[in-house]
Amino acid sequence: MINVSKLKEGIIIDHIEAGHGFEIYKELHLNDIEDVVVLLKNIPSKKMIKKDLIKIETNLQLDMTVLGLIDPNVTVNFVKDGEVSNKLNITLPEKVTGIMKCRNPRCISQYEDVGDIDFYLVDPNKKIYKCEYCDSYTTFIER
Amino acid sequence: MLKGRHLIEPGDFSLEELDSIFALGDHMIEKQEDYLEVAKGKLLATLFYEPSTRTRFSFESAMLRLGGQIIGFDNPANSSVAKGETISDTLRVVSCYADIAVIRHPREGTAHLVSKAVPNMPIINAGDGGHEHPTQTLTDLMTIRHEKEDLNNLVIGVCGDLLFGRTIHSLVKTLNRYKNNRFIFISPRELKMPDQIKRQLRPGSFIETDNLDDAMHKVDILYMSRVQRERFVNEEEYLRLKDVYILTNKKMKNAKKDMIVMHPLPRVNEIATEVDADSRAVYFKQARYGMFVRMALISKLLGVD
Repeated sequence: MINVSKLKEGIIIDHIEAGHGFEIYKELHLNDIEDVVVLLKNIPSKKMIKKDLIKIETNLQLDMTVLGLIDPNVTVNFVKDGEVSNKLNITLPEKVTGIMKCRNPRCISQYEDVGDIDFYLVDPNKKIYKCEYCDSYTTFIER
Repeated sequence: MLKGRHLIEPGDFSLEELDSIFALGDHMIEKQEDYLEVAKGKLLATLFYEPSTRTRFSFESAMLRLGGQIIGFDNPANSSVAKGETISDTLRVVSCYADIAVIRHPREGTAHLVSKAVPNMPIINAGDGGHEHPTQTLTDLMTIRHEKEDLNNLVIGVCGDLLFGRTIHSLVKTLNRYKNNRFIFISPRELKMPDQIKRQLRPGSFIETDNLDDAMHKVDILYMSRVQRERFVNEEEYLRLKDVYILTNKKMKNAKKDMIVMHPLPRVNEIATEVDADSRAVYFKQARYGMFVRMALISKLLGVD
């Protein structure tokens, strides 16, 4: 078993479904930060059998919205002076900005640079969102 | 307070705000002479990136009857879009000249995009692809108010192209906000009402059928629509579907005595001309209601009411 030292300051994303860790790593753009980041895959877990885990030694504020889209069951702990200072409840976001793209070929966003698009949650069970411009539906998986 | 607001879709306004527009429209019908100069000195820009005669004429007539003036184009080849300018930039420039703008564009969401670019000039969406056409909805509601005297407790048959028909989507969503309205969606399988519209309706408030005859005796309003050639990629598919429903006097015999037939126009052949003489056919009256409701809308958004 590989051991990773205790975090003094930063963020621990735990209980990630095995296989989702790298997707979260990519979507949080952790490759772009200079701080220490550890991604552990396939850790044995009593509850989940196998899980992934990410530790980030940073004092940066990261936008965690995307976690709710990829894996709403993860837990996020913020650590300060070696202790958990705050926990974040992950829920499916009502609004996401700049993460998804509209796939409707008739939408103006396909033709003009509209910047980041807001998507609004329509169906939490199926993770369906609608485009702010054309109201067409999309899911995070289809993005 | 509607002064300075945009109208991108009917849901932008509350029912109370919609009713205030209709009430002003009613007064304009009765006392047209009171409003001849309310928009004097104001300029309406009409930007039509897609062909339209009646909607553009309706807006222009409305503004002129309020004493205002108009600038605009109806052919994008003559506009700066031909030089590669973004539509947002075009509107930013137009907002330096005009007090209010009406835009029609083939791409869905265009009116919303430009409304973000010019927050200080009211934008009216006159149709964005197959998405929304809110002033047609105002026209339809104004017609129903006058012809049926109520916007609640109605059975509305909607017939034709329910897939691409933006006027129908806007109308159904808005009538669904009023009390106890129910819908019969009549279309061929290929042109059914999209799930994303049905999802917004109350459960049990609509049924779907491909049989117009079966629905005729049930409806208070029959809203006919054209199968739109411009929305089809495949010409053969268009030719196969365009004549599926044709309303005739024979079909009208089964309808209620006080039902009304509506159509956003232009009609092709989905309503036989013989039906025009039937007093229940109100589609040409709709155009007149449309002008008055647009007069009321422009007045409200300009704050000159």
